[in-house]
Amino acid sequence: MAGHAEDFDIIIAKNVNKWYGEFHALKNVSLDVKRREVVVVIGPSGSGKSTFIRTINRLEEHQSGEIVVDGIPLTHDVRNIEAIRMETGMVFQQFNLFPHLTVIQNITLAPINVRKMKKREAEERAMQLLERVGIPEQAQKYPGQLSGGQQQRVAIARALAMQPKIMLFDEPTSALDPEMIREVLEVMEELAESGMTMVVVTHEMGFARGVADRIVFMDAGEIVEIGTPEHFFTTPQHDRTKLFLEQILK
Amino acid sequence: MATDVHSPSWVNTNHPAPPQRPPASEVGVLGWLRTNLFIDIGNSILTIVTLIVLYYIVTNLVQWAIGAYWTPIWVNRKIFAVGLYPTAQLWQPALVLLMVSALFGVSAGQWGSMIRGLGFGLGVLLLALALIPIGLEAQLVMAGSLALLVVGYFIGARLPIPNKLLSIAWILSLPATLILLLGGLNFPAWGISWTFAPLVDTNLWGGLMLTMLLAVVGIALSFPIGVLLALGRRGNLPVIKYFCVGYIELIRGVPLITLLFMGMTMLPLFLPSNWGNPSQLVRAVTAITFFSAAYLAENVRGGLQAIPKGQYEAAEALGLGSFDKLRFIILPQALTKVIPAIVGQFIGLFKDTSLVSLVGLLELVAVGKAVIQQPEWLGVPGGVAKEVYVFVAFVFFIFSYGMSFVSRKLENKLGFGKR
Ligand SMILES: Nc1ncnc2c1ncn2[C@@H]1O[C@H](COP(=O)(O)OP(=O)(O)O)[C@@H](O)[C@H]1O
Ligand SMILES: [Mg+2]
Repeated sequence: MAGHAEDFDIIIAKNVNKWYGEFHALKNVSLDVKRREVVVVIGPSGSGKSTFIRTINRLEEHQSGEIVVDGIPLTHDVRNIEAIRMETGMVFQQFNLFPHLTVIQNITLAPINVRKMKKREAEERAMQLLERVGIPEQAQKYPGQLSGGQQQRVAIARALAMQPKIMLFDEPTSALDPEMIREVLEVMEELAESGMTMVVVTHEMGFARGVADRIVFMDAGEIVEIGTPEHFFTTPQHDRTKLFLEQILK
Repeated sequence: MATDVHSPSWVNTNHPAPPQRPPASEVGVLGWLRTNLFIDIGNSILTIVTLIVLYYIVTNLVQWAIGAYWTPIWVNRKIFAVGLYPTAQLWQPALVLLMVSALFGVSAGQWGSMIRGLGFGLGVLLLALALIPIGLEAQLVMAGSLALLVVGYFIGARLPIPNKLLSIAWILSLPATLILLLGGLNFPAWGISWTFAPLVDTNLWGGLMLTMLLAVVGIALSFPIGVLLALGRRGNLPVIKYFCVGYIELIRGVPLITLLFMGMTMLPLFLPSNWGNPSQLVRAVTAITFFSAAYLAENVRGGLQAIPKGQYEAAEALGLGSFDKLRFIILPQALTKVIPAIVGQFIGLFKDTSLVSLVGLLELVAVGKAVIQQPEWLGVPGGVAKEVYVFVAFVFFIFSYGMSFVSRKLENKLGFGKR
């Protein structure tokens, strides 16, 4: 079912609503993402950015609306959820590497146990991915022995090892010291160039301007404005968008 | 070069500065005494008073120990070790000791850390027992075990032995121990009867061997139950959850001795009648296991709670199913975190097993009681109770302190990636 048709959007979110108890965290959020597209999500803290991208792989459950990922409807069916998770990699602000496993074990765990790949093959691919993110020499270390930037690059490699069609990033550089942000952004830029479909929550406006195909601005659980970087940085429409950009670009 | 605090900008051209030694008064024996024992007058008085009290206690204790009558312990050393186990069949527990020593050695070489510490302690003990003239055969067994421990260590350190194999060997060592001690397998109800030596009734097992066995079997059997209870308590299936909560709270609200008495009287009610009458030992082990499982569950729950939410999310985002998530990500971390707590629980259980003396099993304390009442010592003025209980306490202390020492060492370096 997946893969053959290039004519539908790879992520379709239609009128997605999410409540935490009484709190309306996502209000009728609709967004379609095309294959090979890079969408950057920006917005003030607490606006629902994380909640939204986490509904895409069901780390959060939405209560109404429709989400379809690569043709697979996101329902309560565990098989659908697992299928979607196999196609989406996620990178977290806090890296969330497995501290009791070495770097290479972190990367090969899911390919071996979920994709049923042979250990040898998984390790070879893991080494290629470590080359790609620039730290092949760290393969046998534990995450606790790496710098934040190195850990986040391992986290990206770990997600890529499942050969996902979509990569979700939730503020991947927000927990990093300034000198390490660059090395992670470079890996993400390379990934975008390679044609990966990406949804990236970030405050890195340089990345948004240079890499995004479209930027989504969220506030108070709603999407306020969608547009190209050019549109956003020259002619933002909504007052809330203007205010946010003024503050962040100041 | 002093900082020029008045100028608006200043560069430390000396950077990096070489480290310097601390002032002399802070180092050396005198420095240590001053900063630790004699800080001021109050502290000095406290130090001196404590030293006087300590001196008084220690000299008295040593004087008593020198004059005390240790013969009853020496002549009963076999009973303290293995209870009434038939002397002609002592090669069976000897084989168990040899097997366990070899396993400890290989594991210490392979895994290091805690097992190495425990293996070292075992080695010291074996060496001491090999040198004390407890009897030539016994000494040879001790020396042989020590040799296996050492050889095993080097094999484990040099050869890449798969972790799985070693773990399986440990798991199998438990039934192997029981079969070796029994002299075979005997389940008339299932038509199983296979022996390689005259069967040894479990009521004859005793002494330190029984104490160890009860604690080890208790922890080993309660481990899987405790983990399941902890998972059930944290899970989101209400019926299972409340069953687990109920079980844990019920057991923890009851003293072990009542469970032991209940095990003695009530266990047969829960077993199929054709299983026959479970032995005293089985009843005690059952009670200890159910008791220990509740506490283990709480320890494991503590470990589970310490796992950040991000670990679950990362595992889920990678597509791992619930079982794989538990098996590869959550449990390994949670259990590693609670190893010190589980060791502590094991030490507690090791001491608590002395309660089975009250239900007729001949563990260390019960052996002590029996020895005190032997007719040979009736003429000893003041009896021999002091010596016997001091000895029993000493044995408990050696093992308990040894284990807690090792686990505290381990606790300090349990952080991952700091090995
Ligand atoms: N687990 C939760 N329970 C209750 N409220 C939550 C939870 N997670 C997020 N929220 C709330 O939902 C809103 C959106 O949060 P989030 O998506 O994390 O925002 P962002 O990522 O844009 O900073 C916030 O007001 C936050 O307090
Ligand atoms: Mg967020």
